Amino acid sequence: MNSSSVETRSWHEIVLATLKNNNVKLVVYVPDRVFTPLIEALHADDFFITFPCTREEEALGIVTGAWMGGMRGAVLMQTSGFGTVPNVLASLVVPSQIPALIFVSERGTLGEFNLGQAMVCKTVRPVLNSLAVENITITRHDELEFIIDRSIKQAVATQAPVTFILSPLLTGGKVFTV
Amino acid sequence: MATPQHNAKVMNRFELTKRLVGQLKREEAVIGGIGNTNFDLCAAGQRAQNFYMLGSMGLAIPIALGVAIAQPKRHVVALEGDGSLLMQLGCLATVAMRAPKNLTIVIWDNGLYQITGSQPTASATTADLVAIAQGSGIVKSAWAADEAEFDRLLAAALKDAGPSLIAARIDGKPGVGATDRDPVQIRTRFMAGLGVKR
Repeated sequence: MNSSSVETRSWHEIVLATLKNNNVKLVVYVPDRVFTPLIEALHADDFFITFPCTREEEALGIVTGAWMGGMRGAVLMQTSGFGTVPNVLASLVVPSQIPALIFVSERGTLGEFNLGQAMVCKTVRPVLNSLAVENITITRHDELEFIIDRSIKQAVATQAPVTFILSPLLTGGKVFTV
Repeated sequence: MATPQHNAKVMNRFELTKRLVGQLKREEAVIGGIGNTNFDLCAAGQRAQNFYMLGSMGLAIPIALGVAIAQPKRHVVALEGDGSLLMQLGCLATVAMRAPKNLTIVIWDNGLYQITGSQPTASATTADLVAIAQGSGIVKSAWAADEAEFDRLLAAALKDAGPSLIAARIDGKPGVGATDRDPVQIRTRFMAGLGVKR
């Protein structure tokens, strides 16, 4: 699409299309409420191999194997799930130079109701920064495709993982009322 | 008649690893789990299709599943210890759900966290890893009664009849060799061995 046209696609339609355009066939996930429309659309599209895993570190192991076998892969998780992955990042993905594409649905901010979610959210960026893992918080619909498309290409070219933190400003987040 | 855990002969990991490598004739990929599993794989003969996992304890099977998905025409073998498997039991359920025909899992069960000082694992007393695998949905899961049955189970599994899990009770002898500890070199050689260009 050209920059002057009006974007009418939803955030998850853009993510799906950008993964497909970059030949990212494998998408494994640990479920998340906000990511549900993306997950359903991935399952409905024969281009993708997509399935749930029992843990986020397991998902990163699978995409590591797939990359070594010649297939690009992405992992979807929630902020709380990110709390389980520092070891696999530090001992497998980063030192082996695997371009894992990590999508984190951001909970714990902008209206969070669960203290545990709010606490683990505070760990995500410090962990990624301490490992020098590229991480980009996406808040704007009009920047979504550009960021994901260019970052996938950079990840593959530089053999390095990238994390996309999808803010509630983009996705709407999980809403509750007091 | 399936062999129950307590009737399986206690064998040796290096000896069984050599038998396993000897059966690989089609450039099968082998993912070696952390520690002595890797050391014996390395000592059994260098192969371009071997991946030696240095960290990330418990992830040999998920990595093997990823390779099996990316290369459905190549058979993939995951070698994992009892302590590592107990750390990541959920991966058995994921493997069963995906049901890749080209994946074989081999479990070396000495009932020990051997490399950390030989503390006992739950499989030393109460956990039956084959029963856990079957309960996770990997129907073709079996204890190898002895070396000959290990060979037979492996030969059947390598015919893309998977997913299969073969568990062997092993002794507490340490690994024979040691792997290089260069993750990029290990990964690069492995990808070349699989014919993958970045």
